[in-house]
Amino acid sequence: MADLSKYRSEIGSWLEANCPSDLLGLSMTAIEGPWGGKKWVPDYDSQRAWLERCADKGLTAPTWPTEYGGGGLDKAEAKVLSQEMRRLRVPPPLIGFGLTMIGPTLLQFGTEEQKREHLPRITRGEIRWCQGYSEPGAGSDLAALQTRAVDDGDAFVISGTKVWTSYADKADWIFALVRTDPDAKKQEGITFILIDMDDPGVSVSPILLISGSSPFCETHFEDVRVPKSNVIAQINGGWTVAKALLGHERSMIAETFGTGAGQRRQTMADRAKGYVGADAEGRLADPALRERLAQLELDTRAFSLTVQRSTDAAKAGHNPGPESSIFKMYGTELNQRRQELLVSMLGPNALGWEGPGFEEAELSVTRDWLRSRGNTIEGGTSEVQRNIVAKRVLGLPD
Amino acid sequence: MQLVLSEDQELIAKTAADFAAEHSPVSRFRELRDAGDPIGYSPKLWKEMADLGWVGIPFPEEYGGADLGLSELAVVLEALGRSLAPEPFLSTVLLGGQALLLGGSDAQKKDWLPGIAAGEKIVTVAYQEATSRFDLHAVETRAEAADGGYRLSGEKIQVLDAPSADAFLVSARISGEARDAAGIGLFLVPKDAAGITVVPQTRVDHRAAGLLRLDGVVVPADAVVGEPGEAGALLERVVDRATAGLCAEMLGGMCQAFDLTLTHLKEREQFGSLIGSFQALKHRAVDVFTELELARSTVMAAVRALDADAPDASSLVSVAKARCSDAYVLATNEGVQMFGGVGMTDEYDIGFYMKRARAAELTFGDAAFHRDRFARLAGY
Repeated sequence: MADLSKYRSEIGSWLEANCPSDLLGLSMTAIEGPWGGKKWVPDYDSQRAWLERCADKGLTAPTWPTEYGGGGLDKAEAKVLSQEMRRLRVPPPLIGFGLTMIGPTLLQFGTEEQKREHLPRITRGEIRWCQGYSEPGAGSDLAALQTRAVDDGDAFVISGTKVWTSYADKADWIFALVRTDPDAKKQEGITFILIDMDDPGVSVSPILLISGSSPFCETHFEDVRVPKSNVIAQINGGWTVAKALLGHERSMIAETFGTGAGQRRQTMADRAKGYVGADAEGRLADPALRERLAQLELDTRAFSLTVQRSTDAAKAGHNPGPESSIFKMYGTELNQRRQELLVSMLGPNALGWEGPGFEEAELSVTRDWLRSRGNTIEGGTSEVQRNIVAKRVLGLPD
Repeated sequence: MQLVLSEDQELIAKTAADFAAEHSPVSRFRELRDAGDPIGYSPKLWKEMADLGWVGIPFPEEYGGADLGLSELAVVLEALGRSLAPEPFLSTVLLGGQALLLGGSDAQKKDWLPGIAAGEKIVTVAYQEATSRFDLHAVETRAEAADGGYRLSGEKIQVLDAPSADAFLVSARISGEARDAAGIGLFLVPKDAAGITVVPQTRVDHRAAGLLRLDGVVVPADAVVGEPGEAGALLERVVDRATAGLCAEMLGGMCQAFDLTLTHLKEREQFGSLIGSFQALKHRAVDVFTELELARSTVMAAVRALDADAPDASSLVSVAKARCSDAYVLATNEGVQMFGGVGMTDEYDIGFYMKRARAAELTFGDAAFHRDRFARLAGY
């Protein structure tokens, strides 16, 4: 404990001394987010300096081993770091799928050479990654994917189309599932492979969503030659890797949405009072809305406590309990309810698309509500999640 | 606050589960119900539970207790809730015992707590009236100054374990209007006080309860628990603790109801298939499971917050009670539905759980009451 408080004061002083002052207090929504990558254009010039200072100190990937550019911190130290960052209102130096998805996967399944090639470039924000899983004919039934990888000596030649590749138009590399054995049972002929998107034959077209934004793309592969050294784990052994990575993705989605992280400082109750007023006792004037808000906040609290229980159990050395299987499903459904309640709270002010007469925060509510409808589809639909829990946790028969 | 059981708590949980399996299967509750005995539980088993140290868990050692917290008591209550054990934890350990512990004079504590912890005395709280619904401050029973003490008149309803109580802690109004928080006193009234009548009531869950009629019952000034006129706040604190304990019992009940249902889904065949293979039932089972996992987290948080005297303890109690009320009702409604016709028969146990779910839901405030309380505490 003494060591932890020493670390706390050291890292606190370092953050204060090194974080550029124009970044202090900026929320994730105020800037597009420091995704890094070759095409990255920071909103603030100082973001690049902040990223470099943190990368030099291993703070972009605090728990990764130092030899790959990480900080080598244990979980307790990493928690102190994030507490200090929150306290000092220091923004994250780097975010993205490199840190949250492919990095942990490489640490688990990659060869030494693969780790040394890719992990340092992730921690320095040099390469931005995207994920190539779903296809036009393989959504919930992911294992039905058809993108072909034909053996050609020391390389595979890849052809096919991936959909819902998040930010593929801004990414430098893609980790993808491809079919290497069309004759095997469908889960058994799949390989997990890394592809440089600058390679000839890769093209990207953004998809316009109902929310008006285009976070997703279609990514096309036309006879793209990829060296076999880019295969992660075994050829035809990609399904195991994919499942592990989906675990990382689902816990990330659950954490992002379910606990209300990244919500504005003003409470929902205060916002609601601004739209529907308060009664003589200072309570939200509309009792029906009050009841809905209380239900949502109770559910949010129960969900956060469950995430905490799971973390505490892991820290105490227990295996992940059955509670973690519900996080993705419940967290995303909770977020949808939160967005719908915000729309209800705003009333007609929630109907803005753009332009005058609507506040910036109101326009965000509208867009966020539309975007949230995808939460229960991406990363495994809620229905697929329920099937998984029914089978693996409850042991119900097929 | 760590939401994980300590090694000691794990051990208590295991002991309690083994004890319940050996001495208190649901069939025992069924026999008590069939016998129609107004006491409604087994005094002999209660004594054994006390000898195991469970009854004294939340009391200081000087009164024969183990000086542990609600976190430890909760794991016992959960195990007993699984088998619907009707022993009087709620009335005498959580209500009566906690009221004396938090509000009682040294003399009152010395007189009653050792007997409670030893499983030899039952002290319950008579707080509910015909029109009070969930409002602890809705007290019309009167306490008038008389002969240096008080004269109590009124009627209390559904007083838990009234038929076996050795003493009652009765809320009565010394001053103020019917729903004022101020002006309420809590009075210790022995069962043989002149002017008392206990009428056993039969509830849907077959837990023992009774009407308590007070017809000019005279008590001395030192029968007041806490300060005269300030029992409103004391009752809130006591009922918060009792509510958290009830939630632990409910958690056990809902988990057992779900386990029974899950077993049925894996054994019952219709249309040539196990009914647990039907997606319509699978998804609903997962939704119940989800509620149970969330409920467990809220119960663990509530008892730990109370043990730590955390500032948000009352708020967390409301989170837990709202969740457990809804989840227990859901788990048992779905259970009866998934059992199908046999779920409607008295022979199957699932109906007992459904009845207990409702009774527990409507004790100390239902889900809507606690959502509203949560909002009030949060400033909206």
